[in-house]
Amino acid sequence: MNRVDTIFNTLRASGQKALMPFITAGDPDLATTAAMLPALEKAGASIVELGFPFSDPIADGPVIQASMTHALAQGVRPGAIFDMAKAHRQRLNIALVAMVSYTLVHRIGVREFARRAAAVGIDGLIVPDLTLEESAPMREAARNEGLVCSFLIAPNTPIERAKEIAQASSGFIYLLARSGITGERSNLPPDLGERVEALRGVTDLPIAVGFGIAQREQVQSVVEVADAAIVGSAIMRRVADLREEGAAKIVRGVAEFVSDLAEGLRQKL
Amino acid sequence: MSTPTATPDLTHLPDPRGRFGEFGGVYVPETLVHAVTQVAEEYARAQKDPGFKRQLDALLRDYVGRETPLYFAKRLTEQAGGARIYLKREDLAHTGAHKINNALGQALLTVRMGKRRIIAETGAGQHGVATATAAAVFGLECDVFMGTEDMRRQKPNVTRMRLLGARVVPVESGSRTLKDATNAAMRDWMETSGGTHYIIGSVVGPHPFPMIVRDFQSVIGRECRAQCLEQIGRLPDHVIACVGGGSNAAGIFYPFVSDPVEQVKLTGVEAGGRSPNTGDHAASISFGKPGVLHGSMSYVLQDNDGQTAPVHSISAGLDYPGVGPEHAYWHDTGRVSYVSVTDKQAIEAFQTLTRCEGIIPALESSHAVAYALELSAKMPTDKAIVINLSGRGDKDLDEAVRLIEAAKE
Repeated sequence: MNRVDTIFNTLRASGQKALMPFITAGDPDLATTAAMLPALEKAGASIVELGFPFSDPIADGPVIQASMTHALAQGVRPGAIFDMAKAHRQRLNIALVAMVSYTLVHRIGVREFARRAAAVGIDGLIVPDLTLEESAPMREAARNEGLVCSFLIAPNTPIERAKEIAQASSGFIYLLARSGITGERSNLPPDLGERVEALRGVTDLPIAVGFGIAQREQVQSVVEVADAAIVGSAIMRRVADLREEGAAKIVRGVAEFVSDLAEGLRQKL
Repeated sequence: MSTPTATPDLTHLPDPRGRFGEFGGVYVPETLVHAVTQVAEEYARAQKDPGFKRQLDALLRDYVGRETPLYFAKRLTEQAGGARIYLKREDLAHTGAHKINNALGQALLTVRMGKRRIIAETGAGQHGVATATAAAVFGLECDVFMGTEDMRRQKPNVTRMRLLGARVVPVESGSRTLKDATNAAMRDWMETSGGTHYIIGSVVGPHPFPMIVRDFQSVIGRECRAQCLEQIGRLPDHVIACVGGGSNAAGIFYPFVSDPVEQVKLTGVEAGGRSPNTGDHAASISFGKPGVLHGSMSYVLQDNDGQTAPVHSISAGLDYPGVGPEHAYWHDTGRVSYVSVTDKQAIEAFQTLTRCEGIIPALESSHAVAYALELSAKMPTDKAIVINLSGRGDKDLDEAVRLIEAAKE
């Protein structure tokens, strides 16, 4: 069974929820990314989204965009990210999900990308700019390689379409807490609970919620209703703040922050 | 009518999924799917509504000043020494370029959708000015995203947009040019699409934009066709237009794509910049590979891993690493040829047209003029070439003078 499925099955059996940190691969460099993975596991992450840097990530806000620009300036490319994953997969229990813009996948080839991802121990794919209508080849390639493939559902996605997206997804579905781009926000939209409930009516897949989640209290609110909370910009902002301080401080700073977020999984509101 | 070879039908595209062969489509985050679907549905309704066409035609006639003339450039022809050169005078359209044709059409769609705010990206500033103008006509709120490098290069247009009541939002990310302005506009739209329409300025972006912009710009080619029949007594032998994203070219080419290539040749002229080296030009079809940029599959200037490559052109409107998906398709089917001319050739053509005809062209359009001069010289004098003179050069004066002086040194 795919590692993502196993993780959600295990958590569900014991009534627990998941924390899914996003980190940009290669910010500040791939060695630090590699060091962050076990630290994130220890801090309480179940699944890590590994962002493949792209020059024009239209769904991402300023923090992740800047992070990707930095990684690209270091020369970080998909081949090197695969190598890094391969070298460190063995000592990790967390699942790794690649978050990658479609044009990077297309350049390598959909089947070849899935093959290489699976070969290095990546467990799933999120291609945020791949619409349901264009997704069939990607889904088939993921299925053939035993990868899960999660699609995004937006606040303005009608429920009938959300159902189709959920049917096309495997592993989990990625529910956007809000419209717009990635980035930290101070509060969660009030209708999030209703939207998660509506989705429960059309899918049994775990529901992971992301976009704008930056604090322990928000993680708490999200996992009250959903199965997982995704945190990205808030982590990468800490990486940016600590960039000059060196790898050890970055890893420690991120681990402390994620530990604090993980408290939100355990505490009840 | 029968043709010996199976020519693909080029006029009934895109297909319902927005495909031109393998190009086009919708590659956007789910947040935007609702918005682009809404635009496609409204456009389909508008096409069936005779009132919409009447309203747009009246605006194009009474406000834009259409039809724009087809002008025989006698002295330019003499200078070239070959085929007769005609200019389709989009520079005489209100606001000084073809961009207004699309901006007004999409502003009408905005009003039909009940939205009160429009946003746009701009490179040369012509689309920004056209959108700001349309906003003034319809009383809409307007934000225009523009790279700070382009704000420097096209200062007069920044002033015009502000006078028209638009906010010009400076974009500092990336190369601070058209690509980055487009990213910024798409990001804004993801948060605001409930009450905002994004007027994309070229035949790029997710379906239905490449189709809608082409359709609104096709008035150029329809007029041109009729004017050629009237003035020359037949269709032109060759139609030439500059290609950045490719809206003026799509507009003039589309009504000719069903004509046999032996009868009417169509050539798109890309920005060859300083050299064919990566980063020195913006010739996406000439040097690019298939990829996704700004929501559709087309030729993109990129490195081996799919990262968008840096681009350069003296012309802000052509300084873009992608191209409309329909151009990619026309290229692959062989219906349209794509060539590139350098910064230097464009600047020379800019001066030649200005001195010969008293018409100061936009630096974008100067690329088409440069290629036409070269081509005319190789063709007999009884042949006819049409250049789509997509815009006037007032916005470029400071930059052009700077480049001319620099070339002298």
